[in-house]
Amino acid sequence: MTPVATPFFFYLLAATMLIGGILVITCKNAVHSALALIVTLLAQANIYLMLYAPFVAGVQIILYAGGIMVLFLFVIMLVNIDRAMKERQFNSQWWVGIIAATALGGLFIAVYTKGKSIFPERIPSIAEGENTQRVATLLYGQYMFAFEIASLLLLVAIIGAVVMAKKRI
Amino acid sequence: MDALLHITTLHYLVLGAALFLLGVIGVLTRRNVVIVLMSIELILNAVNLNLIAFSRMWGGLHGQIFAIFVITDAAAEAAVGLGILIAFFRNKETVNIDEVNLLKW
Repeated sequence: MTPVATPFFFYLLAATMLIGGILVITCKNAVHSALALIVTLLAQANIYLMLYAPFVAGVQIILYAGGIMVLFLFVIMLVNIDRAMKERQFNSQWWVGIIAATALGGLFIAVYTKGKSIFPERIPSIAEGENTQRVATLLYGQYMFAFEIASLLLLVAIIGAVVMAKKRI
Repeated sequence: MDALLHITTLHYLVLGAALFLLGVIGVLTRRNVVIVLMSIELILNAVNLNLIAFSRMWGGLHGQIFAIFVITDAAAEAAVGLGILIAFFRNKETVNIDEVNLLKW
């Protein structure tokens, strides 16, 4: 099944993502930022579906929107945001940040206009319905070692988070 | 017009770059630590979008595997970062990143 109305959905999702991203970095209230980030993440999961990556789309929704963002909201609940809302939101070096971001954007534009020719015109079509199976085969075959390292990293992160957040060890 | 209506890899890359820039602006300009961490999540998502777009372009799955590892790293980073934030808030009663200056000379 080929996707229908791809340009319409691409621009719709891209606009949702960019508006969500702008809200994330401009909102005063951290809770509003977190909700805008959830909208961005869900739109991005849909873009993954358009790119024939259903497994990563599911992981994005479950892990990002369901796991990491809930963690963020819990921490926002724990810390006192009333005082942070009354303070100045942007630091005094904000113009340096804008200049750096503009320079980076110029670099991206230069790279994309120069490198447009190396991208192939026709995108190869991918067999549908076996994405998860192929991802699993790669993950438990060729990338076995990286997978184990990732589990070790998560263990270290769990211990680190508990040690940091606990009042008295 | 045709270049706009025919969605290619470049469109996804431009979207990823825009998202990355939003994240960079957020990290560099905001004072609230929670929002700085969220901007880092935006940056990681922009990288993921690029990886998936390239994976689609070449017809392989290695980019998707790498994106899954990046999501794992993002989870670990968020957990540790928020743990540090709680420890910091307990000591200083603020989430303002400008007041994290104990090591400033």
